[in-house]
Amino acid sequence: MGLISFLKEKFHKKEKDKEVVKYTEGLEKSRKNFSNRLHNLSRRYQSVNQEYFEELEQILIESDIGINLVLRIIDEVLEISKKENIKDPEKINEVLVDRMFIGYAEKGDVVNELSFKEGTPTVVLVVGVNGVGKTTTIAKLAYRYKQKGKRVLLVAGDTFRAGATEQLKVWADRLNIDIVVGKNEQDPASVAYDGVYKGAREGYDLLIVDTAGRLQTKANLMAELSKIKRVIGKEIEGAPQETFLIIDATTGQNGVVQAKAFSEVTNLTGVIVTKMDGTSKGGIILAIRDELGVPVRFIGLGEKMEDLTEFDLDKYLYGLCVEEE
Amino acid sequence: MAFESLSDKLQGIFKKIRGQARLTESNMEDMLKEIRVALLESDVNYRVVKEFTNSVKEKALGQEVLLKVNPSQMLVKIVHDELVELLGSDDSELHLQNNRPTVILMVGLQGSGKTTTTGKLAHLLKYKMHKKVLLAAADVYRPAAIDQLNTLAKSVGVDIVNMGTSVSPVKISEVARQKAFDEHYDVLIIDTAGRLQIDEALMDELNQIKDKVSPDEILLLVDAMAGQDAVNVANAFNDKLALTGIVMSKLDGDARGGAALSIKHMTGVPIKFSGVGEKITDLDIFHPDRMADRILGMGDVVTLVEKVQEEMDEKEARKSVNKMMSGRFDLEDMIEQMRKVQKMGSLGGLLKLIPGMPRISEEQQAAGEKEMRNFETIVNSMTPEERHNPDILKYSRKQRISNGSGKSLADINRMLKKFEQMKQMMKQMEQYRKSGKMPPGGLGGMGFPGM
Ligand SMILES: Nc1nc2c(ncn2[C@@H]2O[C@H](COP(=O)(O)OP(=O)(O)OP(=O)(O)O)[C@@H](O)[C@H]2O)c(=O)[nH]1
Ligand SMILES: [Mg+2]
Repeated sequence: MGLISFLKEKFHKKEKDKEVVKYTEGLEKSRKNFSNRLHNLSRRYQSVNQEYFEELEQILIESDIGINLVLRIIDEVLEISKKENIKDPEKINEVLVDRMFIGYAEKGDVVNELSFKEGTPTVVLVVGVNGVGKTTTIAKLAYRYKQKGKRVLLVAGDTFRAGATEQLKVWADRLNIDIVVGKNEQDPASVAYDGVYKGAREGYDLLIVDTAGRLQTKANLMAELSKIKRVIGKEIEGAPQETFLIIDATTGQNGVVQAKAFSEVTNLTGVIVTKMDGTSKGGIILAIRDELGVPVRFIGLGEKMEDLTEFDLDKYLYGLCVEEE
Repeated sequence: MAFESLSDKLQGIFKKIRGQARLTESNMEDMLKEIRVALLESDVNYRVVKEFTNSVKEKALGQEVLLKVNPSQMLVKIVHDELVELLGSDDSELHLQNNRPTVILMVGLQGSGKTTTTGKLAHLLKYKMHKKVLLAAADVYRPAAIDQLNTLAKSVGVDIVNMGTSVSPVKISEVARQKAFDEHYDVLIIDTAGRLQIDEALMDELNQIKDKVSPDEILLLVDAMAGQDAVNVANAFNDKLALTGIVMSKLDGDARGGAALSIKHMTGVPIKFSGVGEKITDLDIFHPDRMADRILGMGDVVTLVEKVQEEMDEKEARKSVNKMMSGRFDLEDMIEQMRKVQKMGSLGGLLKLIPGMPRISEEQQAAGEKEMRNFETIVNSMTPEERHNPDILKYSRKQRISNGSGKSLADINRMLKKFEQMKQMMKQMEQYRKSGKMPPGGLGGMGFPGM
């Protein structure tokens, strides 16, 4: 299916879907900007050949998209270029962006922002491996929704790592919002319980639950997560409405393994990719979307509370291929 | 794991070229392609993969295919040896000074494991090398980073220079260095804030610290999960600071850790340690051969064997057996034994690396741990006589112990039953030893609860 027909079809189905409009608007921009790197590449070639595709492959692999998905994308582009007899490098690049764009969008619609319901707090559970930026991202989310006038409560569910509770407390102070903390080494599920208990009774709009970093290979720690989730659901029906997996942009191929393992125990509703202010491209999020369908919702762009923005596929694809000097 | 092992894949390809006498460009092509994919799946950098496969090809070209070995095995061996060669270094030890304090500076990206590793390194230096260690808390940026290091310092039992967050990291490092020299510490470890290699202000700050404290070691933390960009990060840190070593963190997960190869290849900086867990003791010296196996997805057999040997000292085991044989195996010995097995259980992560090994789940381990603690509580409420000779435990004694320990009679009986089983097992082991065979069930036969 061509891109335009794909978008048309989507349009007809959901006339008012803002996301789709955004995608369409973004597309032209994306094509124009697509990349210095790609652009430079295409200038070096009169017409595409095998070498050209090898260089494309390199650009994509070095973005951590992963060899298997890259080979598939390249194959698709090759096929289209053969069928439609495209030789012009610029055109090939367009086909490439289209393919990546469609591949991502096809997996379903995404609404990035949290939704709220009168009378029931929205609970966000934040999970991920060690050091990826969970706690910082929680502070950013809290800031974002406080700005939007929501009453936010933080729950310090990392009772394990030294200094973790203090870290979240510092953020709560800075943001001037409430926080529920447990004792050192207290069962995190019971801290989560205290949190939702308070949250449900005292009229908060948004509860964000921090958890200790854990490698997905540790079965007991993963089981602990499902327990936390269960406890939250018992107190507030349908909660947690959102479970976000935090992925560090520097993560390589293990990212997909992480997403699989965490979605098995918690039913992920989104990925937040952090540290996008660095030089890593975070391409593994495309592989995660491809294999599991979990969409990226926000991206982290620094260490301050303002450094969080909505994920914008179009900008992202553009950034993927920008050459740094 | 989603990855099929490289040797399996090569095995398949090999079938096609069976009977050919030499490794040639054409018969190696498919195999090299698989090797390339395997390396990329392990996060080895694209350019490094290219160079690496080329050099492997050169090494392999024209090699005779030995009669007994098949070409795919030969190629795996060539790849493996080449990896070990590349990953290894004869400069993988810390440069410790004898007549003045050694200064170690920890650097890296955010979340790469600097603070945790600082704690582990302090532990290792204090307990394995008997050094007097001082820490400096120079991460003034991340909220509560100092609290974290403080807690670690306390738990290891080493001193710390903590000047709060309003003093500059350069100043803190200077003060710490002075203290280390004045008060004759053996080692000073400076924990710094995580930073991006493109953050010029913060990279300059590291340089200033370096100027002021002249570190003997500058260690870069690299996350085992790191992807393609890891080489650029390492290059930048190395250009700016002249690193003396790399520490790979989070190797207890299932990431293949290809970044290790990329970084070593591109920078030449030796990899000195690997972090293998969240506990304070979870720091190992780096083993190039194991890392090579891991990158190739071949299971980390050696690590397991060594760990087992270390944790379950055979001599100790013999002592227990002998004691039991002479009728002296008692409840205290049992607890001791359980404790060792428990320690070994924390190998769960390693066991997983090995295809076909029995898996001790974390639940099983947790259950074992709990059981052991229960038993300990009970034994603590016993008289020495009862501990050495549990046969004398009749109802009234049990009642007393139950009251004292807060455990039920059923708990006590369960423990006694376990004790009997263990004695039984010890006896069997002794018989196996005499007959020269291993007990069936291997580790399970050693009394691991739940196996
Ligand atoms: N540059 C940059 N740094 C970030 C970003 N998000 C988080 N960090 C930093 O990454 C480090 C780790 O962040 P934390 O929020 O403590 O990570 P965590 O996942 O909660 O860590 P654990 O609880 O220890 O597993 C801190 O130094 C943060 O400041 C980001 O978007 N960009
Ligand atoms: Mg945290």
